[in-house]
Amino acid sequence: MTPTIVLPVVIGGLYAAGVYLLLDRSLTRVILGFLLLGNATNLLLLSSSGPAALAPVFGYAEEEQMSDPLPQALVLTAIVITFGVTAFLLAMVQRSWQLVRQEVIEVDEEDRRVATREGMDADDMDPDDLPTEDRPAGKGNTLPSDVDVEERLAQRYAGVPSDDIGLPPTRGGQS
Amino acid sequence: MGLLLLLHLLAAVAAPLLVRWWGRQAFLALALVPGAAFGWVLTRLGTVTGGGEVTETLSWIPALDLQIALRLDALALTFAALVTGVGAMVLVYCARYFEPDDEGIGRFAGVMTAFAGSMLGLVLADDVLVLYVFWELTTVFSFLLIGGSGAKLAGRRAASQALLLTTAGGLAMLVGLLMVSWSSGSRLLSEIVVDPGSGPVLVAGTMLVLAGAVTKSAMVPFHFWLPAAMEAPTPVSAYLHAAAMVKAGIYLVARLAPGLADVPGWRPVVLGLGVATMLIGGWRSLRQNDLKLLLAFSTVSQLGFLITMVGAGSEELAAAGLAMTIAHALSKSTLFLSVGVIDHATGVRDLRLLSGLGRRMPALAVIATLAAASLVGLPPFLGFVGKEAAFTALWEGGVPDRLTAVVVLVGLVLGSVFTAAYCARYLWGAFARKPELPDTAPEELEHHPGPLFLAAPAVLALAGLVAGPASPLLDHLVVVYAETLPLIAPEAEHLALWHGLQPALALSAVTLLGGAALFALRAGFSRLQHRLAVGASADEGYWNTLQALDRFAVLVTGTTQRGSLPTYLGTILVVVLLVPGSVLLARTPWPDEWRAWDTPLQALVGAVVLVAAVLTIRIRQRLSAVLAVGVTGYGLALLFVLHGAPDLALTQFLVETLSLVVFVLVLRKLPKDIGDRHRPAERTVRAVIAVCVGLVMAGVGAAALSARTTPPVSEEIPRLALEEGHGQNVVNVILVDIRAWDTLGELSVLVVAATGVASLVFLRSRTGAVDRVGEDQAAGGGGDARRAPRRQWLSASDTLAPQRRSVVLEVATRFLFHTIVVLSLFLLFSGHNDPGGGFAGGLVAALALVLRYLAGGRYELGEAAPVPPGLLLGGGLLLAGGTGAAALVLGGQVLESAYLEADLPVLGHASLPTALFFDIGVYLIVVGLVLDILRSLGAELDRQDDEDDPADAAPDEVIAR
Repeated sequence: MTPTIVLPVVIGGLYAAGVYLLLDRSLTRVILGFLLLGNATNLLLLSSSGPAALAPVFGYAEEEQMSDPLPQALVLTAIVITFGVTAFLLAMVQRSWQLVRQEVIEVDEEDRRVATREGMDADDMDPDDLPTEDRPAGKGNTLPSDVDVEERLAQRYAGVPSDDIGLPPTRGGQS
Repeated sequence: MGLLLLLHLLAAVAAPLLVRWWGRQAFLALALVPGAAFGWVLTRLGTVTGGGEVTETLSWIPALDLQIALRLDALALTFAALVTGVGAMVLVYCARYFEPDDEGIGRFAGVMTAFAGSMLGLVLADDVLVLYVFWELTTVFSFLLIGGSGAKLAGRRAASQALLLTTAGGLAMLVGLLMVSWSSGSRLLSEIVVDPGSGPVLVAGTMLVLAGAVTKSAMVPFHFWLPAAMEAPTPVSAYLHAAAMVKAGIYLVARLAPGLADVPGWRPVVLGLGVATMLIGGWRSLRQNDLKLLLAFSTVSQLGFLITMVGAGSEELAAAGLAMTIAHALSKSTLFLSVGVIDHATGVRDLRLLSGLGRRMPALAVIATLAAASLVGLPPFLGFVGKEAAFTALWEGGVPDRLTAVVVLVGLVLGSVFTAAYCARYLWGAFARKPELPDTAPEELEHHPGPLFLAAPAVLALAGLVAGPASPLLDHLVVVYAETLPLIAPEAEHLALWHGLQPALALSAVTLLGGAALFALRAGFSRLQHRLAVGASADEGYWNTLQALDRFAVLVTGTTQRGSLPTYLGTILVVVLLVPGSVLLARTPWPDEWRAWDTPLQALVGAVVLVAAVLTIRIRQRLSAVLAVGVTGYGLALLFVLHGAPDLALTQFLVETLSLVVFVLVLRKLPKDIGDRHRPAERTVRAVIAVCVGLVMAGVGAAALSARTTPPVSEEIPRLALEEGHGQNVVNVILVDIRAWDTLGELSVLVVAATGVASLVFLRSRTGAVDRVGEDQAAGGGGDARRAPRRQWLSASDTLAPQRRSVVLEVATRFLFHTIVVLSLFLLFSGHNDPGGGFAGGLVAALALVLRYLAGGRYELGEAAPVPPGLLLGGGLLLAGGTGAAALVLGGQVLESAYLEADLPVLGHASLPTALFFDIGVYLIVVGLVLDILRSLGAELDRQDDEDDPADAAPDEVIAR
């Protein structure tokens, strides 16, 4: 099938304008770009169905004269969904304006923090630095308990090495 | 067998309920479930010792050729009896271990029972995938049991450590199992061991499977999760981490040894890790002062012993290993349960603080001594029989290579010396009266162990005692499995208490004497251990690895996530340019001939669209830019018309109009101009990317037509629409019938979008209808003295301030509203045969609502549509989905349509496709979507203005939805 020149040109133009707007920092222009991209894509889908023909309605055209109905069905729902998403984006613009009086896409602070941080997370703390009752068993050499074992042991076994592990009583805090 | 597993599942689900009814006594009822399984397993003893087996196959996913293949042979029976028997006993023990007022018993009971079931499934599974599923189930339940309520940091860490290690091993094992079954051509374990195949795939698969077994059974260097798992309540330690779950690795090695023991690498890994684990575990065990940890390291040590025996791949050692597995499970769970009793009675587990308990709890002391004696290998216990058999086997054969046999034997003897020493230390620590210590407080034991509390350890300890003299009977069972392995020693030795004066007897004596000596010299040995202690440990290695992983994740995140949306989008677009763009340039067959246009009008409209697009970029005024985009939209609608797509054109026109309205609703709150100009360099980069993307997409559009090689799928669709869908408008029939599933999904997206809009605008409650006119709005707009005309064109327009009213618009609305609604219904009902349908009809009705809102304000909207939008959205989705479900109920496919025809008195010949109901659902959802948008971005914003309510949450306000 031979393509037209007009449709690819229109499609390319709409895509270029849409992408340019999409890369803007203003959320309004991003939405406008999104709409242009939606229009361009719909046109692309439709143009891929072949040359123009008669409407795919029986009684109006014979089967051989009809344009391809399938891309039309796909595009139809796409139009309505684009509308729904646009409304959602607009609600986001509205909310952003309500909260911070601007509708600009900011640089994400959390990402910035991650990018600059030295890399200490609560979970990669060295077990040796934890309080004994939080230390994983098999790690420490001390034994916390509800009875003050450590002090009693320190008195009784001064100088005797111990290699024990911090297990809290599994029965809970009864003594 | 499937029934038994189902029984466990039901019991696990019912357990929390039972605990609520009966308190801790519910454990006694739950114990009946593994108890029943134990009974059933024993009834099959005759079949299995006779060389038979019980198999069962349940259909699982026939399409994938997956089935639940279960098989009970000698090995499975041994482990199944252990798992169910010990499980029942531990559950009985739980009935006294917990206090009636303890929290979380229900959850614990459920998880524990579920674990028992999955462990049973693991040993019964014959299909490798079923085995894997049960394997991971035990991991997950172990995680839940170690972590407990999740309140303790140490518990959480131990749980996640165990989970990480065992699932990592489990995943390796899954890959390994798949490779092994590929190599052998069967997924059934029973067939794999008969013919495992050969080649590098088998070797690699075997190593991966061993990785799973080694992590699960806490072999060096992955042993450290097991002591950490002692955070769990003692019944869990006794069952999961002594008798059952850690034995899964032993089981898997024993299961595969008949087929895979001769695979290169198997023996070095299994024997090397096994002996090393036995020595390291024993060494570490002697350094522990917490009785539970002493036992944990002892378990590590014994697991090394067991895996060495069952993995050696010879008949004589496998028999010894199986006997020793039983002995270990019985005695170790007893010892753990005894610690639980001591812990329960005194609140102390440190052997440096316990003194004189033997006299105060004599029954417990006897029970623990029996169990320890079996573990040490004193005659006449089962442990003695097993150890004796192992030593004999290695003395005469055991492994093909003599030198290896000697090294392994030396290692095992040394490990057994440690075993004897730590068992003595355990008994001494727990029960002896230490002269320098006062008797353990409190004077009156806090919880004196009752008979039921002691029943479980007593039964298990006595079983170990009885099984020793009865070992010739046990031999009948063990030998059925062992005979599947080659005999390496000159002759097979049967399990028995007395084999005469043999070298093995002397070795047993050596272990006992060595252990006694180590125990006697414990102070000096302890100093020696302290001196030899090394700084590094596997545990630290684990934490360092995790830490490195965390750092790496931060590094990667920090490098790739720069936090700027334009950068991300730009990256994506550049990739689009580089990959599909270069394919387009290099590989695409370009069309040979071009047409200028379909009609000249197309070129004209196209030029307008392009001009509007350029204007959109240039204009800095918000509303004007929106209007320019609107021009491209309307131009597109014209292009649709020219292309032969009236439905599309209709929808595009309507949507474009609605979009303009929504834009205006939001933009009225924003400043007139778009501020924040970009730097010229940024603009240049953007322009370059944009132009390139435009060129590529234009190329794609041109190439798509000539790249088509097969006839389009839609060739048949018009005929189908007419004959099957009974509709003349093909596009509509596609939407509501041929591709109705698709449409249903898209409707859901619309519902989500509407909900999202409402959620962003309504902060507190987003349900309910739009406000209607009430008493207090009679003269709105700030009490202006000049009243609106008495005759009302619209019912609520006098709530508006007079300067905001337009009589022309009110009159026009008054005349047009009903006409538009009727038109929308016409479009809906005629859509099946003419352009129109649910989408178009709904949009037209929505425009009618927009008109009412614009003319009369927010109360007018409430008068026009006094229904909550949620009702329309939900009702529409229900109707559309219900049409599909109804077809299913009536025996058709989902969303299959039917067709009713009748001659009616007045209307004449009428026809009704069921797809119409689907289309009504579409109609309702579109109306609901627009109503929700108007209610949120229109009426609610008006209200916030009117009432000067910024609708922001107060600082300490908690908004619950």
